[in-house]
Amino acid sequence: MTLIGMLLVQALTSFIATCAFGIIYNIPKKPLIHGGFIGLVSWIIYFLIYQWNGNDFAATFFAAFVIAVMSHIFARLCKNPVIIYSVSGIIPLVPGGLTYTVMNRAVGDQYSLALHLGEKAFVLSGAIAMGLIFAEVLYPLTKGVMQTLLPSEDRKSNVKQVFFHK
Amino acid sequence: MNGFHKTDEKSRTQSPFVHEVAALCVLAGKILLQNGAETFRVEDTMNRIARNFSIENAQSFVTPTGIIFSIENTDITKLVRISSRGTDFRKVTQVNSLSRQVAEGALGINEAYRQLKMIDSSTKTYAPWLQVLAAASASSCFLLMFLGKWQDLFPAFIAGGAGQAAAMYFHRLTKVKFFSEFISSIFVGLIALYSVKIGWGIDLNKIIIGAVMPLVPGVPITNAVRDLMAGDLVSGLSKFAESVLTAFAIGIGITFALALR
Repeated sequence: MTLIGMLLVQALTSFIATCAFGIIYNIPKKPLIHGGFIGLVSWIIYFLIYQWNGNDFAATFFAAFVIAVMSHIFARLCKNPVIIYSVSGIIPLVPGGLTYTVMNRAVGDQYSLALHLGEKAFVLSGAIAMGLIFAEVLYPLTKGVMQTLLPSEDRKSNVKQVFFHK
Repeated sequence: MNGFHKTDEKSRTQSPFVHEVAALCVLAGKILLQNGAETFRVEDTMNRIARNFSIENAQSFVTPTGIIFSIENTDITKLVRISSRGTDFRKVTQVNSLSRQVAEGALGINEAYRQLKMIDSSTKTYAPWLQVLAAASASSCFLLMFLGKWQDLFPAFIAGGAGQAAAMYFHRLTKVKFFSEFISSIFVGLIALYSVKIGWGIDLNKIIIGAVMPLVPGVPITNAVRDLMAGDLVSGLSKFAESVLTAFAIGIGITFALALR
């Protein structure tokens, strides 16, 4: 019961927080709601993995991967740029609190602790970026596979655009 | 040779059409870069628009502070300096859909340029009170997401809203980003500190972390690492430097406020 209640609170708050960030970033209304949904799903995934094995690197990586995949799908469906979906979903994962702690320690003369936490913040943002890039590399690949599997008449040349954005 | 070839070559490389296409591409790139699109999307959109007007050999180089755009075999090279950058994804979306329309051939070059000008000058945003309310509720939601206590909800709400309001006001006043972040984080720190002092809040650190989230440069850091991984080394490093400076401004502001206790 408490776990379910906790999950409900987490889901609701992550949805509201992600949508609120969308408002600050001036995202139009419909992508705003989609972004909130992406933020909700990814935060629940993050929360569960983090509660399950306590490794925030893995949790961040998987959540970022899910964000990127869902953003690509929404972007394809609604014909909008990917970033307006992914950006507000990333916000809860971003080590903002950690960055604040780093700066607080650094200004408070605890340099070794600041350096230690700073490295951790850097690695965590690296995990987010890795998750995003992983999905970006894999997404065109799956598209190519889908095109070869489906007997569609126009297998155009876009199978060859495999890497990143090129 | 009777000179026909020569005039033909000249008209191909210096015709007003090529200049118009270059102006269109550079304007689209400028709007995208000023409003927070990724580096590769800016380059990609510019090259794509040029290709849609059957100019195949356009090159673009984008950093956070400027755009270089050139078309091979012509005398066109354009340099645009970008001095102010913000985040306005409405404009990014609009430019994106315009680029799609151009690709479908639904828009001529003059009409596209006119629409881009309109996008560039539009100031349609959510109302300021709504942005402040959004930051405030995001702050209190972050408090709960980071497993804070329910009693700290209200202080985080107030501190986050005040921080965002101060950031918006001082940014409009001074146009110096670091200064406005510094001042607004002082506000956040003071409100969190005094709310704990008078007994409304309990956990000072959780309140500050929740309330400072709208200011913290989390997304720029992630974008910086991402640009580095995607091979845009210059823009990755400069974005990284910018976000580290922002983080310093916030950290110093909060510590300044806490030193006043």
